[in-house]
Parts: sequence; structure tokens; C-alpha cells
Amino acid sequence: MVRGLLWILAAILLGGIVHLSTVLAMPRAAKQDAYSRLASLTPVNTMVPLAQPQTGAEIMPFMDPAFATAVCRYDLTGGSLKLTAPVSQAYTSVTFYTRRSVAYYAINDRAAGRRTIELDLMTAAQHAQVPEDEEVTAADRLIIESPTTMGLIVLRALAPEPGLMSMARRTLAAATCGIQAAQ
Amino acid sequence: MRLLFGSCFTLLIAAAIGLGATWLTLTRGIAFGALTIGAWTAWPKSGSADIDPYARATIARTGELPTGMGDGIAFYAHTDDRGHAFDGRCTFSISGMTPPARYWTVTLYTPEGRLVANAIDRHGFTSEEIARDNDGRFTIAVAPLARSGNWLPTGGIEQFMLVWRLYDTAIGVATRTAKEGPMPAIERKGC
Repeated sequence: MVRGLLWILAAILLGGIVHLSTVLAMPRAAKQDAYSRLASLTPVNTMVPLAQPQTGAEIMPFMDPAFATAVCRYDLTGGSLKLTAPVSQAYTSVTFYTRRSVAYYAINDRAAGRRTIELDLMTAAQHAQVPEDEEVTAADRLIIESPTTMGLIVLRALAPEPGLMSMARRTLAAATCGIQAAQ
Repeated sequence: MRLLFGSCFTLLIAAAIGLGATWLTLTRGIAFGALTIGAWTAWPKSGSADIDPYARATIARTGELPTGMGDGIAFYAHTDDRGHAFDGRCTFSISGMTPPARYWTVTLYTPEGRLVANAIDRHGFTSEEIARDNDGRFTIAVAPLARSGNWLPTGGIEQFMLVWRLYDTAIGVATRTAKEGPMPAIERKGC
């Protein structure tokens, strides 16, 4: 009797371990995560406007149909990345995701405080190599550190009414992202 | 013999418990740090680097990109205020006020996060296009058949969900009570 209970206790403990390890492994095992879905549609280190979500033809689930979206799928192996995004009339935001879809940084047009959002994205190692005086002189240069070498920058521009969608999409079409030449 | 039987039994039960629990938590979208106001629930930390492992696993499985914390916050609802599940063949009324935000949008999805086909190609409203009464309040009729005023079509699907996104808002990790962020009331009107 006691031995049976021990077996059951062991089973529950082991089950807990199985549960936790599968949850932790899921982000790596997932084949259909956002990055994988976008990999075939977007060249690397280029800003690409995404098609508007439509019934039966959504690139990702839970996209906000009131927004125009553009994606820069980045790989910082070759150097740091420069992002330039003009701000639309209504509302524009930039969100940075890791390879595993963790939103590690997001900023909107008002917080950026300018007509154009300009950001430098680099890894911690690349940031450490930026000369200090340069960082001071370029005080208006906003530097974001990416925790991973690869990831996604997602630019979103709101169309407050459906009629303004083409304008929002035009704004995003002017956005660029690209690797900066090594100094 | 007994040892072999015991360990096989234990491993089987362990696998069933472990995988079952993982499947349950990921399909139900369970995560820590939920902020619930009325029928609406948000997970503010899911839009930051502090996201917990359950939310991480869920978004990896669904393939969505969560709303970033510096961008806004997304509230999800699957039922009305009394717990009636959203059925696209019924009529639900959403009314009241929203927490302060520069913009908001409300969108109707299938439980998998897909848009629902309908005759007028409407999937939601933004704070700018919604019709309001003189007090600035609004009422949205979520219904399968056309209504006057703000009509959000359900397409008659069996199950749907609503996502209310607030952009550029102070509502987030520090929000504790409904007083700081009054979310709209949801009421089932009939089936």
C-alpha cells in the first residue's frame, strides 16, 4: 500500500518535471511562431510592408486590422542596424521582438518626440564597442540593445478610419532599416 | 517484476500528467500577472521582457506578436459580464467608457485569432470612428444581423472573442483596480 502511494507520488513529481520542461521547450520547438511565419515573406534586414489581415489570409493571428504593418526581420551578425521611420498623422509605434517573439522594447511616436523615429539597434557586444564620445555627440541617437542577434522590428501605423489606411500604408512604405557600414 | 511494472506505470502517469498539464495551460492561454476588469483580462507583462514562461510558450504556439508595453495593452474577453460565453448567433451589447488612452481599437476574432467574414467587411472599431452619444458614451451591438448604430457583425459563428487594445495609455503593470481603468460593460441581449 505504502509502496503504491510512493509510486504515485513519484509519478506526480515526474509529471511536474515533464510539464515544466515542455513549457520551457515550447518556444524553441514551435514551428509556426511569428518569426518562422515571416521568414519566407521578408528578406533579412529590409523593411517590408505586410499585407492587411483579411479573413482566411492572415499572416499571424490577432493582428489589429486598423493598423498598417511593416516588418524588418533583422540579423545583427554583420553589424548594427539603423531604423528610420516617418511618423503617420495618427499614431505610429515601433516594437522590437526577439527571435522567440518576446517584445523587449516598444516606443510610440509621441515618446520618440519627432517627425521621424530614428533608432540604432545593436547587440550588447556591439554597443560596448561604440566609442563613448561618439555616443555623447550623437545624443539624439537612440540606441536599443537587442538581447538576441536575430529578431523582428514591427512598425505599426494606425488608420483611425478605413479611408485613411492608404495614407498609413504610404507612411510605412517610406520607412527603412539596414545594416550600417562598419566604421 | 514488481519494480518493472511500477516504474512503467509511473512513467506513463508522469507523461500523461506532464503533457496534459502543458496542453491545458497553453490552449487556455494561462499566464501570470493577469489584470482583470469586468469581463476583460490583460497580461501587461506579456508585452515586455518580463514575460512569463507560460505566456512565452503560448505566443510561440499561436504565432502571434504580443502588443509591446511601450505601445499599448490588449484586453481579451471570451464572455459577457455574467459569464455567458460569446456565441455569434446571439446579440451582445458593449457599452460605457474606456480608460484614458490616445487611441483604442476593438476587434472581433475567432478563438484562434482569425478575422470573421461578413458582408460589410467590418472587424472592429477604432476610437475615432465609433458613434457616441452626447455624453461621449457609446454602445456597440455585436450581433449576427445588421443593426443601426455601431454594429459589429459576428458572422453567425459559434464562438468568438473580443480584443480591446488601448494605445499610448498609462494602464499597465501598475494598474490594480477597475477604478483606474473603467472597461466597457458587456451584456447578452438575446439569442
